[in-house]
Amino acid sequence: MTAMAKMQAGIPGAAIYDRPVVEVSGLNLVFETADAPVYALSDVNLTINKGDFVSFIGPSGCGKTTLMRVIADLQKPTSGDVRVNGISPEAARLARAYGYVFQAAALYPWRTVLRNITLPLEIMGVAKAERLERAARVLDLVNLKGFERKFPWQLSGGMQQRVSIARALSFDPELMLMDEPFGALDEIIRDHLNEQLLRLWERTNKTVVFVTHSIPEAVFLSTKIVVMSPRPGRIIDIIESDLPANRTLDIRESQRFAEIAHRVREGLRAGHSYED
Amino acid sequence: MRTEALPRPRAAEDGLVARLVAGSTLPILTIAAAVVLIWYVAAIFLNAPVLRDSYERAGRAGVTTQELIADAWAMERPILPAPHQVAFELNKTVFQIDPTSRRSLVYHAWVTLSSALLGFAMGALLGIVLAVGIVHVRTLERSLMPWIIASQTIPILAIAPMIIVVLAAVGIVGLVPKAFISAYLCFFPVTIGMVKGLTSPEPIQLDLMRTYSASTGQTFFMLRWPSALPYLFASLKVAVALAVVGAIVGELPTGAQAGIGARLLAGSYYGQTIQIWAALIGAAVLAGLSVALVGLVERITLRHMGARP
Ligand SMILES: Nc1ncnc2c1ncn2[C@@H]1O[C@H](COP(=O)(O)OP(=O)(O)O)[C@@H](O)[C@H]1O
Ligand SMILES: [Mg+2]
Repeated sequence: MTAMAKMQAGIPGAAIYDRPVVEVSGLNLVFETADAPVYALSDVNLTINKGDFVSFIGPSGCGKTTLMRVIADLQKPTSGDVRVNGISPEAARLARAYGYVFQAAALYPWRTVLRNITLPLEIMGVAKAERLERAARVLDLVNLKGFERKFPWQLSGGMQQRVSIARALSFDPELMLMDEPFGALDEIIRDHLNEQLLRLWERTNKTVVFVTHSIPEAVFLSTKIVVMSPRPGRIIDIIESDLPANRTLDIRESQRFAEIAHRVREGLRAGHSYED
Repeated sequence: MRTEALPRPRAAEDGLVARLVAGSTLPILTIAAAVVLIWYVAAIFLNAPVLRDSYERAGRAGVTTQELIADAWAMERPILPAPHQVAFELNKTVFQIDPTSRRSLVYHAWVTLSSALLGFAMGALLGIVLAVGIVHVRTLERSLMPWIIASQTIPILAIAPMIIVVLAAVGIVGLVPKAFISAYLCFFPVTIGMVKGLTSPEPIQLDLMRTYSASTGQTFFMLRWPSALPYLFASLKVAVALAVVGAIVGELPTGAQAGIGARLLAGSYYGQTIQIWAALIGAAVLAGLSVALVGLVERITLRHMGARP
């Protein structure tokens, strides 16, 4: 048994597979700041099933990152119940249930591309031969073969972000949490990476949670779009997309795409009229 | 969407001469020339009164200014020796005398350096251990930090004789007591630098470790330590210079038989100003070389860690 298989077997119970990957109910989160409390999330209810590609969309400050961090156990909720693979977020984190891609690449500058990618594997105690084999596989997935020995500063922003995605994929988590991974990139590279990400998702059947504030990006990628609004951060609408699974960028010209995008826009507008 | 690697900027090794001229060499040489000039002039004025006395005693009258200047730059025990006198003394005691001889400055420099390096190693280790404790245990920060800062407000000249005497009383003499004084001076910049360095990782870098549920030890060795290295080297450069000072100070109160401090003491006891100045310059060169050595290790280490050339 490989170290990796052992690790995955370590997630307790077979119940994982007949429960949703993420269940959030009655979630509230208040940041107690020096002046006034910030109501970052208010009564959030959400279910994410295995194989879903879920996007959180909304204006900045509506709690997308916070919700993702709660799922990842990087932030404790004030109240409410959160389950990941049927267990608490903390237990899921300890079982290395998810890979997290941050808004910034967060590469360690003193490590080469290769050693950045093998970082989680080193931490998880994977043997060197297997580390290299896995690194080679994910480097291929993100089209960065040949860059193993480069240091992060020698790569462009888009390449750095691809390294960070490869790093999250290296230990093959079933759940990928991606917080505006392409937010800082220009639109051309972004389109490319979106299409690549979609192909990757189709091939691996992973569950992806994806934060964005681009409507076309959300509609293009998602099977489920969660529209959020700020002050307090809450869910306005959840849209199940019926766009075909093997979609390409051309689909953005289609009638159905426009309809879904319209509904997202309506939701965002409704969220806005709430305040002021 | 295959992308090419960005071209690697050319290493800075090429054009050494060009770099020296364009860099700081010219200004430094200018300053050095000015210092030497002022030094020669000062030597005339400081030594003249003594010379005039001696002329009077010897009954010599009508000494020309030229003769006075020549004499002022060639005295055996001048108030201020001329630069070339110090240079001759250095040349003699560094290059002409067998380095194992007690008359060799190299011998004395080695005595001082060995205890400075021992103290530097002890101080750096202590500084790092304290910083690791302070960063990981909150109560340590509150309990230790005031003492650490207070320790540096005590003048080293006041505490050095006590360290020497107390250690001598328990039978520890020679290299180790001097090294303790160096360590006492060294640990402080290392602690301060390392506390800053070990807490320098960004929240997002720490969050990443948390998503892998890395242990405290793994977070330390894979994130905090490498992040802290640039801070460590900056403080080590300060510390190694202090270690040399500490070793010299440690040689003064006991009337040590060997070391740069002993040379200074003997020189001032017998009025050998040329020897004092040579020893002073020896000390400066020693400290400078030590700092340069740490700088070299820094360059090699950080280059290995992917620092931009
Ligand atoms: N650590 C924190 N302390 C206080 N307020 C915070 C903190 N993190 C986020 N917030 C606030 O919570 C709200 C939601 O933030 P965030 O989840 O980052 O929004 P988004 O990702 O949608 O832009 C914002 O008003 C933000 O200022
Ligand atoms: Mg955000």
